[in-house]
Amino acid sequence: MTPAPTVDLRKLIARHRFREQAFTILGLLALLIGLLVLLGLFTQLAVTGAPRLTPEFFTSFPSRIAEKAGILSAWVGSLLVMLVTACTAIPLGVAAGVYLEEYAPKNWLTAIIEINVMNLAGVPSIIYGLLALGLFVYQFGFGQSILSAGLTLALLILPIVIVATREALRAVPGSIREAAYALGATRWQMVSQHIVPYSAGGIMTGVIIGLSRAIGETAPIITIGALTFIAFLPTPPVTGEFPFLSFEWLKDPFTVLPIQMFNWTSRPEEAFQLNAAAAGVVLLVMTLAMNALAIWLRYRIRRKIKW
Amino acid sequence: MVELAVNMFDAKPLSETAPAALKAEARDLNFHYGSFHALKNISLPVFDHSITALIGPSGCGKSTFLRCFNRMHDLYPGNRYAGGIVLHPDNVNILDSHVDPIEVRMRISMVFQKPNPFPKSIFENVAYGLKVRGITRRDQLEAKVEQALRGAALWTEVKDRLHELASNLSGGQQQRLCIARALAIDPELVLFDEPTSALDPIATASIEELMLELKEQVAILIVTHNMQQAARVSDHTAFLYMGEVIEFNDTKKLFTMPDKKQTEDYITGRFG
Repeated sequence: MTPAPTVDLRKLIARHRFREQAFTILGLLALLIGLLVLLGLFTQLAVTGAPRLTPEFFTSFPSRIAEKAGILSAWVGSLLVMLVTACTAIPLGVAAGVYLEEYAPKNWLTAIIEINVMNLAGVPSIIYGLLALGLFVYQFGFGQSILSAGLTLALLILPIVIVATREALRAVPGSIREAAYALGATRWQMVSQHIVPYSAGGIMTGVIIGLSRAIGETAPIITIGALTFIAFLPTPPVTGEFPFLSFEWLKDPFTVLPIQMFNWTSRPEEAFQLNAAAAGVVLLVMTLAMNALAIWLRYRIRRKIKW
Repeated sequence: MVELAVNMFDAKPLSETAPAALKAEARDLNFHYGSFHALKNISLPVFDHSITALIGPSGCGKSTFLRCFNRMHDLYPGNRYAGGIVLHPDNVNILDSHVDPIEVRMRISMVFQKPNPFPKSIFENVAYGLKVRGITRRDQLEAKVEQALRGAALWTEVKDRLHELASNLSGGQQQRLCIARALAIDPELVLFDEPTSALDPIATASIEELMLELKEQVAILIVTHNMQQAARVSDHTAFLYMGEVIEFNDTKKLFTMPDKKQTEDYITGRFG
C-alpha cells in the first residue's frame, strides 16, 4: 500500500482551480465588452438625440430646416410597410411551415427544400431588393410603392417565419398528436385545433423577430426606390364614402425610418445629425419593444402549456 | 377472409351458456415495421364485457399489437398489416384498406402510457372527441362530459373546476381524465397501453378499480408489463414473446397452471 501523494495532488488541484478562475474572469470580460459597447452606443445615441425627441418630432414632415424636420412620414411609412409585410409573411410562412412539418412526405425532395429554406435566411437582403425591383416594381407594375416594399420585406423574413413555425410545431410532443388522432381527428383537425394553437407562442415569437428585422432593413427598400424626402402622408385607409375602406395607400410612394435616418446622416449640417440620432432612438426602441413583446407572448402562452 | 384459427378458441364460451360474446378477434395478424416482422400470425379473441390482458417482456410486440386495433400504425410510413382484426357484431375487418381508420378510432378508443391531456380545460378535453363527432349543442356536450367524468370516477373531484387547465390535475387524475376522454365517445372497445406505468401505487389502484367497473359497459384490452396487474384485473391473458402468442388462457389458469413451459418461466420470473 502506497501512501496518498497528498502534496502532488494538492498542487494539481490548485492548478485546476486557477484555470477555472481564469476562465470565469475571461468569460465575464467577454460578456461585459459586448454589453458595454452596445450600452455605450445606445446611451450616446440617446443623449445626442434627446433634445430633438419632442412631440413635434413625431408630427412633422421632413424639412430643409433641421429644427423643423420630423419623422411623421417615416414612422407612418414604416408602420404601413410592416402591416403589408405581416399580412403577407404570416399566412404564407405559417402555412408553408405547417405543410413542411406535418404534411410533406419525408424524402430527398423535401430534404432539399428544407436545406434551401435555411439558406434563404442567409441571402443578403440587397439580393431580395434586386429581385423585388424586377418582379414587383416592373413585372407586376406595383411601382415604387408601399405594396412593393411590404412584399419585399415579406420575402426577406419568410424563411425566418417558416423555420420558427417548424421548430414550434416540432416542440409539441407526439403523444398529443396521437391523443387527437385516437379520438378520430383528421390530420387537419389535429393541426388546426391542437398543434397550431399549442405552438402559437413559438410561431408568434418567430414572426415578431422577423418583423423586427424587417423594420430596420434599408438596402432592399432603397433598391426598390423608396424616396428619401416625403412631405405628405399616404391616402388614408378609411374614407367617408361607401365602402369606407380604401386600399389606395398601397400604391403610394413612401419612406421608412432607417431611410430617413440614412438621409439625415448624409447631410453635412450638424443639426441633422441630431435628427438622425433621435430617429435612431425611435427605431431602436421600436425594435426592442417588439422583441420584448415576443418574450412576453412566449412567456404568457408557455405558462399555460405543460407537457 | 382468413379462417379463424380454431385451436386458439377452446375457451370460447357458447353464447347461450356464457354472457361473454366476442367483441373482436385477430385472425392470422402479421405486422411489419419496414423489414422488421413485429407480429407473427397472431390469432386472439377479445371478449365483450371483460378485460383481456397482454403480457410479455419488453419488445415482444404487445404494444404493437394493441396499436393495430385503432390503426395507430397508419400514422407512420413503412408499416404494413396482413391478416385481420374482425370487429363484432358487424363482422368487419378493421385492418382492411377500404375501412377508414378514422371510423375505427371513433369506435375503438385508447388510453396511453403517459397521461396526455390536451393543454386545454378539463371540459374541453373530455368534449373533444364529441366535437369531432359533430356534437356542438352545449347541453348535449355538458351531459356527455358529466357522464364520462362520472364513468372515470373523476366527477366529484373536478365538477367545480371544469374550466381549469387539465395540467393542474395530479398524474392519476390526468390519467382518469384521459379515460373519461376515451369513454365520452361511447366506444365499443377501449385500449389501455400500460396505463399505470407512470403512476404511483395509490393512483394505480384507483385506475385498476375503475377498469373493473368499466368492463360492465365495454370490452377492454390492456397491455401491462406488470404481471400482478394482469392477474388482478383481467379475465383472459395472452402471453406474447418475440411477436408471437405463446399462450392465451383464462387469467386464473394462465397464472396458476400455464399450459406452456415458456409461460411458466416468464411468470415465475425465470426470464423477461
